[in-house]
Amino acid sequence: MNSFLRFLFYGVFIRLIVLIILGLNVRHRERLPKAGPAIIVANHNSHLDTMVLMSLFPLSLLPKLHPVAAVDYFLSSRLFSWFTLKVIGILPIKRTISRGDDNPLAPCNQALADGQLLIVFPEGSRGEPEQMQSFKGGIARLAESHPTVPVTPVFLHGLGKALPKGESVLVPFFCDVFVGEPLPWTGDRRSYMRQLDERMRQLAAEGNFPAWN
Amino acid sequence: MIQFQVSPHVLWSLGGLYAVLVVASAWVMMLRWRAPEKDRTELVQRIRSWWLIVSIFTLVIIMSRNVAVAFFAFVSFLALKEYLSIVPTRRADRRVLFWAYLSIPVQYYWVAQAWYGMFIIFIPVYVFLLLPMRMVIIGETKEFLRAAGLLHWGIMTMVFGISHIAYLLVLPEATNPSAGGTGLVLFLVFLTEFNDVAQYLWGKMLGRKKIIPKVSPNKTWEGFLGGMVTTTLLSILLADWLTPMPWTVAIAAGLLISVAGFIGDVTISALKRDIGLKDSGSLLPGHGGILDRIDSLTYTAPLFFHFIYYLYY
Repeated sequence: MNSFLRFLFYGVFIRLIVLIILGLNVRHRERLPKAGPAIIVANHNSHLDTMVLMSLFPLSLLPKLHPVAAVDYFLSSRLFSWFTLKVIGILPIKRTISRGDDNPLAPCNQALADGQLLIVFPEGSRGEPEQMQSFKGGIARLAESHPTVPVTPVFLHGLGKALPKGESVLVPFFCDVFVGEPLPWTGDRRSYMRQLDERMRQLAAEGNFPAWN
Repeated sequence: MIQFQVSPHVLWSLGGLYAVLVVASAWVMMLRWRAPEKDRTELVQRIRSWWLIVSIFTLVIIMSRNVAVAFFAFVSFLALKEYLSIVPTRRADRRVLFWAYLSIPVQYYWVAQAWYGMFIIFIPVYVFLLLPMRMVIIGETKEFLRAAGLLHWGIMTMVFGISHIAYLLVLPEATNPSAGGTGLVLFLVFLTEFNDVAQYLWGKMLGRKKIIPKVSPNKTWEGFLGGMVTTTLLSILLADWLTPMPWTVAIAAGLLISVAGFIGDVTISALKRDIGLKDSGSLLPGHGGILDRIDSLTYTAPLFFHFIYYLYY
């Protein structure tokens, strides 16, 4: 039942919104992973980010595709939890850790070991529309623990205009999706983060976007 | 499903359109066979997109009048969306843009109702006055004039202008008994697109003297004039089938579509050049975005409409 709902949600409803109301301009779609395990890393400006990334993959991969999301926001009430866990299919992790907690990335490690595809937003929150914040280090830890899993960076533009944080009215805009080459593990976390940052900046520079302010 | 009879003249013309596509595809196949090492991806994609456009166009135009009106509303939506995505809009105007989109269903509702009075003033008067008011309520004055002007130009071009194609469909059939409004749409759209291709081909073959190098360096006088002659000849041929125009008036219509199509083309080119883009999008492989395809129509549609409306309706 739930997996049918999920199929309906992503296969029909979300695709209708993403492909007709919004419209995507995807560059280098062929660089996306075709099977799990894999990690997709993207910048984050809107709830639509997840929806767009999910719709880039064939529906056959849907059961294995999960956005990593914050426990505190997405599991805030029972009904909302059911929706986010069963329909959206998030993999919940804790944003803040207190002493004595287990490794907050343990659910991700498990999911990757099971061959799943994870969507990660290392900025940690949506922030101001169309502005990229610096990436948090958890992604490097994840890459370190799974050096053979491809980490594919994706730059998204326009979704923060269509549905920014705190807004409820969706305004149609064509959105850009630039897929980068997978980033291999570099050997240490600091250089990895530097390279990831650099790659995201290069992807962003492929577009010619007027400022949004 | 089929509400209005599609006249044989329209069907034959559509058949002619497919014949042109078959010839184009065969020509590209021959080019590839003669020089297989050359990269012709763009040309191949472009013709493939033409097949798609013509197929969708055929389908909606023979389904029903309202389906065809809704289709042009969707074209306006895609065009306005593409325009608003490439031009610099203000963050404060997000809600205003939403209202701008709402003008599309309303404008095409007047079309479907064949309410000419509202159709012709709704955007130039009411939307024109409403949107700046909505912007004032938000209260951001920085770059106010630029934002208001930019939005109005977009709605006039992409919604008001394009909706004239749809209004041709609801004009009284009795004036054009052999092909109806569908015939007029076919005549306008086919000649406009044909003129684009003809100007391009003449320019490729004979082009020397640049016509407007600062805006569009590839456009030449030879292409412009060659396209004009070919389009006018075709206009004479098709007018008898698809429109109420005798050949004398058809010459004027052909010249009008040819010149206006060129101006529409270079106007959108100037817009893209201002923003620093080559193509307005990637919706139609080989063509670019939807604006790259309907650029000429933004001028030919309202001008041809009022030409024929003044003379016959």
